[in-house]
Formats: sequence, C-alpha cells, structure tokens
Amino acid sequence: MKQIFTLASRNIWRNKRRTFITAGSILFAVFFAVAISSIQKGTWDHMVDSIVHYHFGYAQIHKSGYWDDKSLDNAFDPEPVTKILSDEKDIRQLVPRIESFALASSGQYTKGGMVIGIDPQRESRLTKVDGRVIEGQYLLSEDEGALVAEGMADYLKISVGDTLILISQGYHGINAAGKFPVRGLVRFGSPELSKQLIYIGLEKAKWFYGTENLITTLVVDTDKPEKIEHTVKLIRKNLGDDYEALDYKEMMPDLIQAKEVDTAGSQIILMVLYLIIGFGIFGTILMMLKEREYEFGILKAIGMRTSKLNLMLWLETILLGLIGCLAGIIVAFPLVYYFYKNPIQLSGEMANAYEKFGVEPLLPASIHPSIFITQALVVFFLITVLAIYPMIKLHRLKPVEAMRG
Amino acid sequence: MTDKKVVVSVKDVHKTYTETKVPVKALRGVTLEIKQGEFTAIVGPSGSGKTTLLNIIGGLDRPTSGEILVDGTDLSQLSDNKLIDFRKTHIGFVFQSYNLIPVLTAKENVEFVMLLQNVAQQKRDQRTKELMEAVGLGDRMHNRPSELSGGQQQRVAVARALAPKPAFVLADEPTANLDSASTANLLDIMSRLNQQEGMTFVFSTHDQRVIDRARRVITIEDGKVLSDIRK
Repeated sequence: MKQIFTLASRNIWRNKRRTFITAGSILFAVFFAVAISSIQKGTWDHMVDSIVHYHFGYAQIHKSGYWDDKSLDNAFDPEPVTKILSDEKDIRQLVPRIESFALASSGQYTKGGMVIGIDPQRESRLTKVDGRVIEGQYLLSEDEGALVAEGMADYLKISVGDTLILISQGYHGINAAGKFPVRGLVRFGSPELSKQLIYIGLEKAKWFYGTENLITTLVVDTDKPEKIEHTVKLIRKNLGDDYEALDYKEMMPDLIQAKEVDTAGSQIILMVLYLIIGFGIFGTILMMLKEREYEFGILKAIGMRTSKLNLMLWLETILLGLIGCLAGIIVAFPLVYYFYKNPIQLSGEMANAYEKFGVEPLLPASIHPSIFITQALVVFFLITVLAIYPMIKLHRLKPVEAMRG
Repeated sequence: MTDKKVVVSVKDVHKTYTETKVPVKALRGVTLEIKQGEFTAIVGPSGSGKTTLLNIIGGLDRPTSGEILVDGTDLSQLSDNKLIDFRKTHIGFVFQSYNLIPVLTAKENVEFVMLLQNVAQQKRDQRTKELMEAVGLGDRMHNRPSELSGGQQQRVAVARALAPKPAFVLADEPTANLDSASTANLLDIMSRLNQQEGMTFVFSTHDQRVIDRARRVITIEDGKVLSDIRK
C-alpha cells in the first residue's frame, strides 16, 4: 500500500501544469460551494434559531387543541405534566407561560399587544430575555410590574416607572383589567416582536387573566436540540391524548418548507457546478490514461495486478481532488469566517420580509464543519465515480497491445 | 547441456491475429525448448514472428493453439491474474525502451517487483544493492531514470528483471536504442550473469553484436523455426 501511495503521490507531480489546472478547477468549485452553502445554512440557521430562541423554544406542550385554537379556555394545569416528565433526561427544564393578547394603554395611546406571563428565572434561562433589557431592570419573581418591548414603549410613549394599563378578555370570558408599573424596556432584533411584546410575571398573569393555577404553554428547554424530535415523541407517549407536544418544525411548517425549497434549489446549482468540474477531472483522467498506456502495459507485464493499478490511479485522482478541495476550503474559510463574525445587514424590502417572520434582517455565514466535510465527500464521491471508467480500461488493457503503442 | 533443466517448452504453437481484416498467421507451429543457463538469441526479419514468440513465452500473449510450459507450468491453464503473478515471480523482462518507472529512483525501480511480492525490507535492500553493483551502478541508486543515460537505464532494467530471481530473462531488442559502448557494456554484464550465476537469457534481436555473443541462435521466418544453431 505504501508503495502504491508513493507512486501515486509522485505521479501527480509528473505534469505539474495539468495538476495545477485540475486542482484549480476543483478549488473553484469547492470555493463557491462552501461560500453558497455557508451563507445559506448560516441564514436559515439564524432564522430558525432566532425564532426558536426568542420565543418558541425547541418544543412546546399545550392542552390538546390549543395550537389550532389559541384561546385561554384551552389552558391547563401544569403540575401533572411536570410530574410525569420529571425523569426525562433530555429535558433541561419546563418553562411555563400564559400567552394571550390585550389592549395596552398609556395616556391617550392604545395598542394591541401580546401579553405573556412568564416565570422570570426560568424564562431568562431559556430565552435570555434578561440580557435584552436596555433600560430599567428585569422582572423579579412574584413581580407586579411589566417588561415592555422597545417598539411598543415608543408607540405608547412610556418609559421605566410609568404605569401601563392592560385590558383583555380572561379565562372563560371574564373581564381582565390591570395596572402594571413598567420595570424595564427590552430590545428585540425583530421589529415585529418589538412592536407587540409585553412580559408580566406568571402569578400576576394568572390573576390578570383569571386562570388561577392554569397556564397555556410549557416550553421544553433541552441541552440536545438535535434530538428534539425523539424527545417530543417520548413526551407524547408519556402524556397521552389530553396534551399536545409540538417541536419547532411543527410549529413553523412554512418556514421549514421554505428552507427545504431554498436548500434544494441551491443543491441543483451546486450539482451543475460539480458536473462541469467533473467533466474537467474526467478529461484529466483520460489524458493520464492515454499518455501512460505504455507504462501501464509495462507495469502489468512485470507483475502488477490490475487491482493495484486501479488503486494507484484512483489514489492519484483522489490526491488531486484532495489538493483542490483543501485549497478551496482554505481560500473560502477566511471569507465565510468574516461573514460569520460580520453578518451582511439587509435593508429595504428584503429586510421587511425577514421582519415579518420575526427575524433580525441579517445574513450570517455558517462555519459548521458539515459544510466543509460535505464538499470533501462530494469530491471524493465524484472522483470515485469518475474512476470507474479508467478501471474498466485498465482491466481490459493488454500489456502487449499497450506496449505496441 | 542435455542434463540441464528445461525452463521453457514450446510445443506446436500457432498464433493467428484475427483483429485485422485478413487474419494474420504470426506463428505456424513453433516447437522448441530452452534449458537453464542458455544464452539464446531469437532472430529474424521484421514480421517473422519473433516478438510474438517472445510475448507468448513471456505470458504476455496467449497462443491460438499449442502448449507453453514455463518452469513446468502450463501457461494456458492460468487465469489473467494468475498469469500476472506468474510473470512477477518467474520471468524477468527487459524491454527495448528501458521502461523504468519515471517517478521512482533506480533503487526503487529494482526493488519494485520485490515489493509486489512482499519481500521483507532487509532482503530487498540487500538484493537491490547486490544487483545494482552487479550492473555497475552501485553509486547511482538514488538517481531517477531521467538522470541516467540510456545505457545506464537499460542496466537498471536488467537489475530489475533479475530482482525476483526469475527462471529466465526475456529481453526484447535490449540494445536497439544503445550506442556501441553501452551495448558492449550491457552484453558484458548479461554474459557475466549468465556464466557466473547461470541465469538464462532469451533475446529477440536484429543486432549482430548480440547475435555474435549468443551461444544459441534460433532463426524465425514466416512464423516457423528456420534454423536452431548452438555454437
């Protein structure tokens, strides 16, 4: 094997110019593939992460039917659920919420908003909302006050220390009205969230909406988001039909579908790119075969089996591919790393479209290892497929005919 | 010579090429034996069939009919892969155009077949050194073929052919591309290896200098043995 590797590694430098041209074309393909994949993955990951981390969490548990009819009347007692799921290892914590809408008013300004009752400590561990406070302070447990999103505060012309009036319809249609001192202002990257979010303490929310000990949502916090589908299955199995458990993909099907369509589109572009490069590599393989037919004949004559010849030629092309692939990754990495650290800021209509999804209008690149590994695997696969032709040729090659020229 | 072991036995071998529009009968019933230690030249005009005969003896081509026994093995019974393995261990080849592997050094070229045979490194090194010294190139072990003259390359090719201790060495026009001095030098080496170590050599050649040094000359014409003269 060492001997075959030595031969292959030396052979690729026999025609340096051709090696550079072939490796250069692979570099070009890998560079573009990495750049496209990185921006695409980065953008979608950012979009999903934004939505998941700002608000949804990786999964949620509700009373059965809540997701289709988001009414306070579908609230439930979290105690039995918490007990049943207390032994699930993949669940870090269950974060309770009461989610509903209310009219928010201050002075002569009134605006509809989403009023969410949160357990301040657990919520901060999940969404890190405490880190988004730009003025005033975060809610304390049992707090009587409210945290208001910056956009909403601007509209209502209120600031820390002012009083916010909330009016809504509570559990089973009761009137809900209350006064809430503004404890702090929070900033969200998403203007959509910024315009409508108000947080109040969970106990205060129960009082406000009249739900007593009931809540609408238990958000599932996990250390292993990659296993969330499995975790949700377990939750469903344990809780039965009275409750519904949804992972983030089920909660955002439009977004996930859009991601899949977009990814498939760029996969086709990359396939065409690799097809073109594949023909280039194939041309090199054909030239190598033709030029060295005589030499292959000699090698067979003196006792080298076809399988070893095939291995040598495959190694040569793999090495060539590896050089191009590594060079492509090395050239692309600083670029994608730059855009990973300094995401492209969108503006205009594009930015508006992002904001509608509740996502900051940014295009960050991803430096996830899978992007680079995928390119290496694609080149490896491409070359292995292309190596089938020379394998057939070498198998049929007769030393006498090859040496006759 | 009669008590020597028969290395190559060719019995009524025919070879017809059918790939051409008109079938070409290259060999028409050749029968001969080559014994251990012979220094044999196969001669004949172009198209006489001597290269075809050499290829068939070397297991590089298969006869249309007839029997080839090399070192007691019937080559027609071997599969393609077995034939490759047989060539590796039993037959040494020296070709007209040196045919060394250009990316390997002289030493690596010589030990190449031994590596294919999985010979231990110590034995390989020892044998390579012996052979390189035997062909007078002990000081050029680490040169690549492009750094050697034609004569030197052909001497490396001889060393490579001898490396696996073959039953015999087949040399197809080994001096065709060499000048007089290199030819004489190469013939001296092969002659010495033949006389001192008993190595069997079979040449196909046009070169009178080779024919003069051969101790047996087989003349082929129109695919048949025209004469077989022992000196």
